[in-house]
Amino acid sequence: MEVVVFLIVIALLGAVVLVVTAPLRARAHVRVAAREEAARADLEAAKESKYREIRDAELDYRTGKLSEADWRALDRDLRGEAVEILRRLDELDAPAADAPAPDAPGDGEPGGR
Amino acid sequence: MATVGRSCLILALGVCAYGIVASLYGASPARRAWADSGRRAVYAVAGLATVAFAILEIAFLSNDFSFSVVASHSSRTTPFFYKGAAAWSSQEGSLLLWLWLLSLWSSLVLFLVRRRLRDVTPYATAVLLGFGGFFTGLMVFAASPFALLAAAPADGVGLNPLLRHGSMMIHPPMLYSGYTLFTIPFAFAIGALAARRVDAEWITSTRRFALAAWFFLGIGILLGARWSYAELGWGGYWAWDPVENASLMPWLTGTAFIHSIMIQEKRGMLKIWNVSLVLATGTLAILGTFLVRSGILDSIHAFGASTLGIPFVLLIAAMIVASVSLVVSRRRLLHSENRLDSLLSREAAFLGNNLVLVGLCFVVFWGTFFPLISEAVTGTKAAVGPPWFSRYTVPLALVLVLLSGIGPVIAWRRATVANARRNFLVPAAVGVVTAVALVAAGGVDRKPWALAMFAVAAFVLACVWQELWRGVGARRAMSGEGPARATVSLVRRNRRRYGGYTVHVGMAVLFIGVAASSAFQHARDVVLSPGQSAKVGAYTVQYVRPRAWISVKADQIERVNLGADMRVSRGGKVLASGTTYRGYYPAQDPTLGPVSQYFDGEAESQVLIKAGLRRDFWSAIQPDLTRVQPMIDRADKAMGKMVAAGAKPAQQAVALAVLLRTIVDQYGVHPPPATFRLIDSPMVTWIWLGGLIVFGGGLIAMWPAPDAARRRVRAGYRARVAQELGRA
Repeated sequence: MEVVVFLIVIALLGAVVLVVTAPLRARAHVRVAAREEAARADLEAAKESKYREIRDAELDYRTGKLSEADWRALDRDLRGEAVEILRRLDELDAPAADAPAPDAPGDGEPGGR
Repeated sequence: MATVGRSCLILALGVCAYGIVASLYGASPARRAWADSGRRAVYAVAGLATVAFAILEIAFLSNDFSFSVVASHSSRTTPFFYKGAAAWSSQEGSLLLWLWLLSLWSSLVLFLVRRRLRDVTPYATAVLLGFGGFFTGLMVFAASPFALLAAAPADGVGLNPLLRHGSMMIHPPMLYSGYTLFTIPFAFAIGALAARRVDAEWITSTRRFALAAWFFLGIGILLGARWSYAELGWGGYWAWDPVENASLMPWLTGTAFIHSIMIQEKRGMLKIWNVSLVLATGTLAILGTFLVRSGILDSIHAFGASTLGIPFVLLIAAMIVASVSLVVSRRRLLHSENRLDSLLSREAAFLGNNLVLVGLCFVVFWGTFFPLISEAVTGTKAAVGPPWFSRYTVPLALVLVLLSGIGPVIAWRRATVANARRNFLVPAAVGVVTAVALVAAGGVDRKPWALAMFAVAAFVLACVWQELWRGVGARRAMSGEGPARATVSLVRRNRRRYGGYTVHVGMAVLFIGVAASSAFQHARDVVLSPGQSAKVGAYTVQYVRPRAWISVKADQIERVNLGADMRVSRGGKVLASGTTYRGYYPAQDPTLGPVSQYFDGEAESQVLIKAGLRRDFWSAIQPDLTRVQPMIDRADKAMGKMVAAGAKPAQQAVALAVLLRTIVDQYGVHPPPATFRLIDSPMVTWIWLGGLIVFGGGLIAMWPAPDAARRRVRAGYRARVAQELGRA
C-alpha cells in the first residue's frame, strides 16, 4: 500500500513538473506565434469593447440620456478609435512588407459621420 | 489516502512558491515563457487541490473515521446528502474548499486572458498564487484536513444539526466562490498598478469575474437568510450577526465597484476610486474569511476560537499596505480624464450610489467591530444590536433604492429641465400615487419609513418599465421588428444594461418585502397545551395534539423528536395543518448519561411555515423538557446499572432504544405545555422572489455575447494554423 501511495505521489510530481515547465521547453517560433496572438487578442477585445460603447451611446441618445450634440461628438470619437483599432488589426494580418506606414493618409478617418 | 492528500498540499505549496517567483521573473517582455510557466503553476495547483478535495470527500462519504475531521464532523447516521457537505463544516475542510475554488476560478480567468494583458497578468498571477500559498500553508502547518487519529472510532460525532438544511449544502460554496472571485479583480488591480497600465482594459477583462463574485456572494447571503428563517427557530432572516455582516461588506463595496467602473469606461473618471474600491473589496473578502475563523467575535456561524487569527491579520495587513502603497505611488497615472459636469447627471447619480454603498459598508463595519472597539477603549466588550443597525441602514437603503431608479434614466453629463421632465415625470407620478393610495387604504401612516420605501420602490419599477419601453421603441424604429422580437433583441444586444435594470427591479421587490415584514410583523411567544388556541396578527393557531417519535438512520438512533400538530386558520377558514418539532441529537459528552446525551446535545427546530405572496405564518415549538427530566434521570440510572452488571453493547443499545421509546410515548400521552413562537409576517416571500429576480438579472448581465464567443473560437483556430505552419 505504501508503495502504491509513493508511486501516486511521484506520478503527481511528474505531472506537475511537465505541466509547469512546458512553456520553458517550447520552441522559439511557438513563442513568437503566441506573442503575435496576444497582440491580436488584445486588439480584438478592444474592438469588441469599442463597438459596445458605440451601440451603448446610440441607445443612450435614443432613450433620452444623451443630447444630440453630445452623442454626435462621442460617436465621432468612438468611431475614430474603432477605425484605429481595425487599422492595427489589419497591420497584424498583413505581411510585414505590405503593411501601410503608420501615418498613411486616409487611414483612421471615421466613416460616414 | 491521507498521505496522498497531504502530499498534494505540500506539492501545491511548492508550486505556489515556484509560480510566484516565475511570474514575477516573467513580468519582463523578454521572459514571457516564465510568465506562462507561472500561469501553468496555477493550473497545477488547481489539479492538486482537486485531487486533495476529492480524497477528503471520499473519506466523508465512505465514513473513514480515521480522518480526524470526518470523526468530528460526520457519523454513520448523517444522511448521505449531508455527508458531502460536512467536509466544509469543519475549519480544515473549509480551508481546502477555499483553496480549491480559488485555484479553479484563478485558472479560469488566467486561461481566458492567456493571450491578453501580457504585462498585467504576471503580477496578477503572483498575487493569486500568494493567496493560494497562504491557504495551502495554513493547511500544511496549522489545520490539516488529512490529520489522522491514532485509533479510528466506531462512529463519528455527526454533523451539527443546525447545518442539516438544504441551503447549507450550497451556502458555503456560494459564499466562498464570491470571496475567491473577488480576489481576482483585486489581483488584477494590483497587477495593473504594478505594470503601470491603469486604463480600463484590466477592468474590462475582469468585470465579468467581479460580477460573478457579486452574484455568488449574493446567492450565498440570500441562502444564509433563508436558512436563518427556516432553521434557526427565531423567525427572522437577518440578525446583523458578525459573520452575516462579514459577507455583506464585500458585497456592498463590490456592488459599488460594478457601478463605478462604468464611469471609468465611459468617461475615464474615478480611476483612483475604482482601484481603491476593488482593493478594499478584496481585503474585505479576506476579512470576512478571517472573522469566521479567528473566534474574535461571537457568532452562531463561526468555527470558534482557533490559532488562525494571527496569520490572517498578517495577510490583511500586507494587503492593506501593498494596496495603499501602490495607489499612492501611482496617483499621477490615476488622474481623471474628465470632470463631473453637473450634480444632476448620471455620473453624479453613480457617485451618490457609491457613497451610499460605502456608507452602508462603514456602518456595518463599525457595528460589527464595535465589541472590539469598545473593549479597546473602555475595557468592556459591548455589542450593538439590530435597532442600532436599523437607525443608519434604513435611511441609507431608502436613498440607495431611490438612486437605483434615478440612475438608469438620468442623462449623462448634465440633465436639462426638459429631459429631466421627460425622464422623471411618469415615474415620480407613479411613486406619489402609490404613496397616496397606501395612505388612503390605511395602516401605513404610522410607519413612515415603510411607506417611503413602497413609494420609492414603485418609482424604481416605473423608471425601469419606462426605460424598457423606450428602448424597445428605439429598437423597433431602427430594425422594424415586432414588440416581442424587439424586446428580445434589445436585451440580447445590451445584456449588461438590461441585466442591470432587472437587478434594480429585483432589489426594489426585495426591499418592499424587507420593509413590509419589518414594519408590520406581529410576533408572540405563547404557552399552549393540546386543544388550546392563540391569535397572532390575522391568524388563529391551535395546538391540536402532541407529536413525539424517534428517527432511525443506518440502524442507529439519529434523533428524538418532540413537537406538535398545529392548525392555522384566518377569518374562520382553515389555511393549513402541519407539524412543528424540535429534533434532539445525541451529544458526544461522556460526562452525560446515555439517555441525557439525547436531550442535552445539539437540537434543531423544524418550523411550520405557511408562506404566501401577501403574508407568511411562521411557528416553532420549544418543548418543556423539565417535565420529562425525572424520567430521563431514571432511565440514566437504569442504564448505569446495566453497564455495571456487564451488559454487552448490543444489549445496552436495545435497552437505550426501549427507554427512549418509553420517554417519547409518555410525552405523547401526557404532554406538558409547550412554548410556541408565532409570527405573522407580511410579504416575506417578496424577499425571496426579489432575490431570484436579482440573480436572474445578474445572469443576463454575465452571459457572454454569442458573437464574442464565435470570435474567440476563430482566434483560437488562427493561432493553431499559425503554430502548425511554423512547425512545418
